[in-house]
Amino acid sequence: MPETKYLLFLGCVIPYRVSSYEVSARKVLDKLGVELVEMPEFNCCGFPMDPINHDLMLTLAARNLCIAEKQNLNILTLCNGCFSVLNETNKMLKEDKKLREKVNGYLKEVGMEFKGTVDVKHLVYVLAEDVGFEKIKNAVKKPLTNLHVAQHSGCHIVRPAKYVGRDDPENPAILKNLIRLTGAECLDYMDETECCGNPIIGVNEEVPFQMAKEKLNHVRAVKAQALITVCPFCHMMYDLNQPRIERAFNEKFGIPVLHYPQLLGLAMGFAPEELALDELRVKPTELLSQI
Amino acid sequence: MSETQEYVPNVIKAEEMNPKFKYEMSKMHGAEKLMLCFQCGTCTADCPISRFSDLYRPRKIARMVQFGLKDRLLSDDALWLCSTCFTCVDHCPQGVEIAGIVRVLRNLTIKERGVMPLVFKELASNILKAGFVYEIPESRRKKRTEQGLPPLPKTNLEDVAKIFEVTGSSKMLENVKTFEKVKS
Repeated sequence: MPETKYLLFLGCVIPYRVSSYEVSARKVLDKLGVELVEMPEFNCCGFPMDPINHDLMLTLAARNLCIAEKQNLNILTLCNGCFSVLNETNKMLKEDKKLREKVNGYLKEVGMEFKGTVDVKHLVYVLAEDVGFEKIKNAVKKPLTNLHVAQHSGCHIVRPAKYVGRDDPENPAILKNLIRLTGAECLDYMDETECCGNPIIGVNEEVPFQMAKEKLNHVRAVKAQALITVCPFCHMMYDLNQPRIERAFNEKFGIPVLHYPQLLGLAMGFAPEELALDELRVKPTELLSQI
Repeated sequence: MSETQEYVPNVIKAEEMNPKFKYEMSKMHGAEKLMLCFQCGTCTADCPISRFSDLYRPRKIARMVQFGLKDRLLSDDALWLCSTCFTCVDHCPQGVEIAGIVRVLRNLTIKERGVMPLVFKELASNILKAGFVYEIPESRRKKRTEQGLPPLPKTNLEDVAKIFEVTGSSKMLENVKTFEKVKS
């Protein structure tokens, strides 16, 4: 029986800066029969604290997992970073008794204990594995047959393979297949698996900007009308920062960057305003005129 | 290198080498397999950061750990350039988790030298204040209601503070010195 009820782990950056992702994901999941339960009292997933103190990251992540265990529900994340640490911590603590005892020692101080009874899934895996391609296909009312787009899965829903192991990290296919269900063509381009660079933007802008510029260059080279992402950090890098990248390198890209549920939502017949497409920095005006 | 520049060999002095460092490191979660690195260079070749940075070289970091060049490593700002994409981890033919080694070195830099990039200190203090890495402003919360989104849950800040305390993080952050940007 596929799971259709999830605890939504929203994370920090989506409510702070990328609510268009949340708005569109909720609309689409609701229509596809996935019930989202609001997660009470959650804290930052832990990802940004790993560079400071590994134990801090593990314990912050484990606290979130304990909340899900109490609710007896699996976690759905929209963010690659949240998925990465929650999934990885969950698997490590399930497999490594010594590590579990250590983290449980910390958790005891807040009256919690990790038991290892829930699972963590990113949006794309819920769509591909639980909702299923057939159901999504049937929900598409306005196939986007005029569109050809490119995908950027990002790193943390495929790497490291030993903790994710759901898609091929060298040639991820799941998001591509999900895009094709909307009727749009999904184009191949050079270095699709290349990282967005956003995690280091707080200490160095030059490198991430060059990485993003190269990505946008490759996407433009195959004449994609949009880039499709499934992570708020990747999205910020290519959408929010696109005008700054254009200025820094004196180049014009004008490539709209859509969250996958925005693309799927359009194909399911939602109006652009319902999917918060007006919140994108690079306006998808031309793209919308073609569907 | 320009022709006029004199070649200066990068000499490692015996006194700089800490023979125990690699053993200490290999006890840390994520760095266990560091001794297996045979310097093939796959990590550096496939690293998206190394493509655009002259200073970040994961292979060099792995070798420096094996050589016990602890002081050099913990004062190398390039450690903070890893974007944790985990390409090196997936590609290493020896199963060495290079990104894990870099993370251990970052943790050690803060613990032993008491320095870290400002951005991480800011994120940590936001988590302590709000439970999240950003303090979500009232205007955002109001907008959520307008967009038909459910209100954001409040986290248990006492729990969060306790976790910082028992993992030794509060103390670590108290007197830490910060720097802003890292050269690439």
